[in-house]
Amino acid sequence: MKSFRLSLKIALVHLLSKKKQTIIAMLGVTFGISMFIVMISFMTGVNDYLMDLALDGSPHIHVYNPVKTKRTPLSASVYDTSKTQIFVHHQKPKADQNRIRSGFQILQEIQKLPYVTNAAPQLSSQVFFNNGSLQFGGVMMGVDIERENTMYKLYEKIESGSVEKMRSNKDGILLGENLALKLNVGVGDRVSLTAPNGSVFLLKVVGTFAFGMTSVDETRCYVGLNTAQKILGKPSDYITDINIRIRDYNQSTAIAEEIQALFGYTAEDWKKTNASILAGEIIRNTLTYVVSAAMLIVAGFGIYNIMNMSVVNKMRDIAILKATGFEAGNIVSIFLLQSLIIGLSGAFLGMFIGALLSYGIDQLPFPAREMIKLETFPVNYEPIHYILGIVFGFITTLFAGYFPSRKASKIDPVAIIRG
Amino acid sequence: MFAVNAQKITKYFHEPSTFAVLSNIEFSVEKGEFVSLIGKSGCGKSTLLYILSTMDTDYEGTLELNNQSVTGLSQDALSRFRNEHLGFVFQFHFLLPEFSALENVMLPALKLGKFSNEEIEHQAIEKLKQVGMDEYARKSAGKLSGGQQQRVAIARALINNPAIIMGDEPTGNLDKANTYIVLDILKRLSEENKQTIITVTHDPDFAAKSHRIIEMEDGKMVKR
Repeated sequence: MKSFRLSLKIALVHLLSKKKQTIIAMLGVTFGISMFIVMISFMTGVNDYLMDLALDGSPHIHVYNPVKTKRTPLSASVYDTSKTQIFVHHQKPKADQNRIRSGFQILQEIQKLPYVTNAAPQLSSQVFFNNGSLQFGGVMMGVDIERENTMYKLYEKIESGSVEKMRSNKDGILLGENLALKLNVGVGDRVSLTAPNGSVFLLKVVGTFAFGMTSVDETRCYVGLNTAQKILGKPSDYITDINIRIRDYNQSTAIAEEIQALFGYTAEDWKKTNASILAGEIIRNTLTYVVSAAMLIVAGFGIYNIMNMSVVNKMRDIAILKATGFEAGNIVSIFLLQSLIIGLSGAFLGMFIGALLSYGIDQLPFPAREMIKLETFPVNYEPIHYILGIVFGFITTLFAGYFPSRKASKIDPVAIIRG
Repeated sequence: MFAVNAQKITKYFHEPSTFAVLSNIEFSVEKGEFVSLIGKSGCGKSTLLYILSTMDTDYEGTLELNNQSVTGLSQDALSRFRNEHLGFVFQFHFLLPEFSALENVMLPALKLGKFSNEEIEHQAIEKLKQVGMDEYARKSAGKLSGGQQQRVAIARALINNPAIIMGDEPTGNLDKANTYIVLDILKRLSEENKQTIITVTHDPDFAAKSHRIIEMEDGKMVKR
């Protein structure tokens, strides 16, 4: 402890005797760490934003019945297929192929599962919206509006009107913001809708919503489940999808597999649905770490250079310290401490500047309103990133300082003192 | 009781070709003796001094300092030995320029860690008084004149009360007045404190004032 305090004292005197060099070396680390903080805060901000978007817009697990265009022909049940070859050319799918049979019973069973927090029935279908002579394609979702509200926090996404009015209006409809713009309708207006079977319905707009993703806001509309069944001319137990929320969304893959095995219908989890977002996340993370590591390595070389120069300049001092009884370990700690002080103070300053810059980016307006709706650049402030920054700074300077320090400790005092 | 006892010290230089700088040196120095090593350039006197100083370990033979064999000890053990038992004064004074005169004197004692900081500071001021430098204690070492630096260096050599003080041309870089001051200090140390002093010098006047002169030639002692 005593010799550590002595080494620290000598290290500090050395650092203060060449302030300019010390500050330049420190700024290298500061720059590296602040860029790391800014990049990782911004990148994880984007990741989290997109993840929220994905989790808000899609259920954790989506149970549906995919359309199978190839199925066993009816004649196969009459004839022995081992003796008879049956050919059916150009099979057509059945009309209600994508229906989930006894959907409400399945829904009840799913809700009883321990890790499921909520499940909602849904009947979705392609529809056309009519605006004068023009028609726009869209997706109609017949939902239990109460459950939908709790599952997706629909009320948070409402831009005009309200979700509550859906209860009192049997022919009420919630339109995506952009869709309402295209149809030129607002709350209280009526909108005309054509079902796939050709029948036309008039519905009353009770609200508009925005999920923030243009692809959704331009096509989606919500109607009551019964209304959807009426529009499509289906019985009141006809549903096509069950959307599930679970307690821990990271477990979705395993639970989806279990549900699929239990009920025989395809269960797709959000990771599969949003594979592109997750792939983007991996790419952004890799990029962040690669660029940050590169910057830190450059800063490390800066420290290495300056420490090397310092060792060369201090050869006489090192020789005299060794002659008067300082051991190799003392010399290493003197120079290693110098580089660690440079590294850690640089890293702390870098953290501070990084936080400031991140805050600055946080305030910048986000220009691309076309694709996703976002007011400012997404930035998050995770303490772990700041801790990582310090740890990286520490490790880099430890490595950068170690080799010059070892070189210093190996200096032969006789060679220096004899000249 | 010998302060220095060297047996069959032989050292080779390998550059440019192998030759013996020192061959079979045998000599001893008694406690409290003031010895001068003289000889022409290249006779091996400095080489011998650095072997005696334990900083150069590349030699054959055995060396005892202060009744303790130092041949074959590890570098760290030798460092600790130097710290406690040896003091050095070099030709170019070699103080740490960023530290004050007082701090320079204190460093070896702080390293030894035997006393508290206040105690060490007190002792350091005492040593500076001994060499007449106490009024410059707080001054940065880099700002002192050559003679002043050399006196501070002597105070530093004394701080741990070493058994042996070694000097490599301690007055080689000084004017007459300062040479006398340094010589006087060294003489007092050997006579009053019974500290052993071994110096390498070119200066015949300086050598004449010491107790014993050892002259070297071609790696051998020719006169003791």
